[in-house]
Amino acid sequence: MYLKNALRAATALTVAATASAHAQSLTIATVNNGDMIRMQGYTDQFTEQTGIEVEWVTLEENVLRQRVTTDITTKGGQFDIMTIGMYETPIWGANGWLVPLTGLSDDYDVDDILPAMRNGLSHDGTLYAAPFYGESSMVMYRTDLMEAAGLEMPDAPTWEFIREAAAAMTDRDNDINGICLRGKAGWGEGGAFITVTGNSFGARWFDEDWKAQFDQPQWKEALSFFVDMMAESGPAGYATNGFNENLSLFQQGKCGMWIDATVAASFVTNPSDSTVADKVGFALAPNKDGVDRRANWLWAWALAIPAGTQQEAEAKQFIEWATSKAYIELVAANEGWANVPPGARTSLYETAEYQAVPFAQKTLDSINAADPTNPTVDPVPYVGIQFVAIPEFAGIATQVSQEFSAVYAGQQSVDEALAKAQAITTEEMEAAGY
Amino acid sequence: MARAVTANRKMINTAIAWAVGLLIFFPILWTILTSFKTEAQAIASPPIFLGFDWTLENYSIVQERSDYMRFLWNSVIIAGGSTLLGIIIAVPAAWSMAFVPSKRTKDILLWMLSTKMLPAVGVLYPIYLLFINLGLLDSRFGLVMVIMLINLPIIVWMLYTYFREIPGEILEAARMDGATLKEEILYVLTPMAVPGIASTVLLNFILAWNEAFWTLNLTAVDAAPLTAFIASYSSPEGLFFAKLSAASTMAIAPILILGWFSQKQLVRGLTFGAVK
Repeated sequence: MYLKNALRAATALTVAATASAHAQSLTIATVNNGDMIRMQGYTDQFTEQTGIEVEWVTLEENVLRQRVTTDITTKGGQFDIMTIGMYETPIWGANGWLVPLTGLSDDYDVDDILPAMRNGLSHDGTLYAAPFYGESSMVMYRTDLMEAAGLEMPDAPTWEFIREAAAAMTDRDNDINGICLRGKAGWGEGGAFITVTGNSFGARWFDEDWKAQFDQPQWKEALSFFVDMMAESGPAGYATNGFNENLSLFQQGKCGMWIDATVAASFVTNPSDSTVADKVGFALAPNKDGVDRRANWLWAWALAIPAGTQQEAEAKQFIEWATSKAYIELVAANEGWANVPPGARTSLYETAEYQAVPFAQKTLDSINAADPTNPTVDPVPYVGIQFVAIPEFAGIATQVSQEFSAVYAGQQSVDEALAKAQAITTEEMEAAGY
Repeated sequence: MARAVTANRKMINTAIAWAVGLLIFFPILWTILTSFKTEAQAIASPPIFLGFDWTLENYSIVQERSDYMRFLWNSVIIAGGSTLLGIIIAVPAAWSMAFVPSKRTKDILLWMLSTKMLPAVGVLYPIYLLFINLGLLDSRFGLVMVIMLINLPIIVWMLYTYFREIPGEILEAARMDGATLKEEILYVLTPMAVPGIASTVLLNFILAWNEAFWTLNLTAVDAAPLTAFIASYSSPEGLFFAKLSAASTMAIAPILILGWFSQKQLVRGLTFGAVK
């Protein structure tokens, strides 16, 4: 009897152990932002539906970028899904490091993904990452201060208007800065902003022969305009301000205008965090009068599968779930339409409830106004608006943005910074064989 | 002859010492205070020092979102394991360098220290590839080995300095009394160097606890320690300073408590041999 019970127990344990060994588990590397954290909260529902467990590795954006780059280039196999952006996706897809997202189910409706997002996350027409949320950039402004200044914000302002409005709204005695913009060094911080500003003045990073263009008059005009406007109406120490610093200033009522990621609209209109939640208006990012390009970028955080994962089918299943219409509806039902991940699907912007969200239409207009294949006036050999989709760009742009930040901090002149930017870019591109 | 110190002078010195101490501690104090604020209060300008509505909400969110105990346990194993292993290797090495030096001992010591001058990122890819081939990625054992090797030069240097303060004649006397090498190190040298060994252990435990390059790059889920726990609350797009502060406070609390209770040994060890 004792032996029989022991055998039964051993069999049961073996079955349990085998079952647990066969339990599928996906490891997902992701960034720490509101939408991604919200998704982690709903993962249990995915597990309930599919039986697939999910382990999250959440890291700060720059750490994540280094971590997943190391892993994918060495075929480390630590992750089944990676959260990557529009910069990495086409490069990694071209290198064969990502699994093409083909054969997705009909229910998923891949054609519903916003065309700008789909193009930006594809290489040679093949989608390599599914957008979880997308963003462009736009003007967020204080309606009360604009009114007090006796001005009216057009839907599509020019830089000249922005400068005039910024000066009119600036009130140094009450610590109100007419305009808050990114000046922090880093290709994804101040580097991104000055690049799109350059685009809106007709400047470009490279000509068709990959020659650096910082010695051209458009760059001098763009950088000088930016520096002069910020000196007149920007906050002190803006050379070290990035997204978070400006968000903090705007939420505390210390900025008349802020031009930055469309995703910030939900933060500045959230009454629990923002002191000016009910006084915010939106407009398209500006351009120089007469230049047919605006200072708006295009970005998406997207889910991709590294080549070599042992769980490709399960990973695809998760991506379909997380970037589906059904997921958007799930979030909307639980947390309201203002909190759904924006900028990824066309159908979201056709939903009546979402159209009532104050920043929805301007976000869509900003995304649609962005064209990564024609980012500036003159033709360019690259894809990307606030970046150039080549592996060398991150390193070069970080150095260049450091030179520009030194101008913002008053440590060197515009001419000196542009000369250094030209030299750095030329040297690095020649070394890379361009 | 001891220098006479007036009461006034003593008071000024004490005040200066407290001021310097508070200045050094202020960032930690600010982190702790911020962890009890709302996100809006955390970014308020001018900053609010004490007059805010204290809340435990951030701790509850952090606790709900992350498995703190798993990260803590990994930190304890990685920091404790690497320190222990380092001491086991470093004691005989430092003994040999302190009591039976060769003409190359100084060069070896300098060479060991020079490895600390190499930026870690310079060897990230070789180590990562090595870890892939050995199946050590995201393993506590792999982390223990790497962090032990990183801190080993410091451990050897510190122990070497302490051992040099112990008269060689005492060890010689033990040898004459018939002590073996093992007995000499274990029963004669080690008890005399306890303050030095204790401070070495503490300092290296703290260094290993705070190590954030290798622990972030070589782990994912299973072996991720508290440094990964903090990193998961840092964000360049979104203001989560109060939650980040709560996560930081939870991460530094164990080491802060350990440091508080062992400060006597730490100070004694660090000043060991300073006054003759």
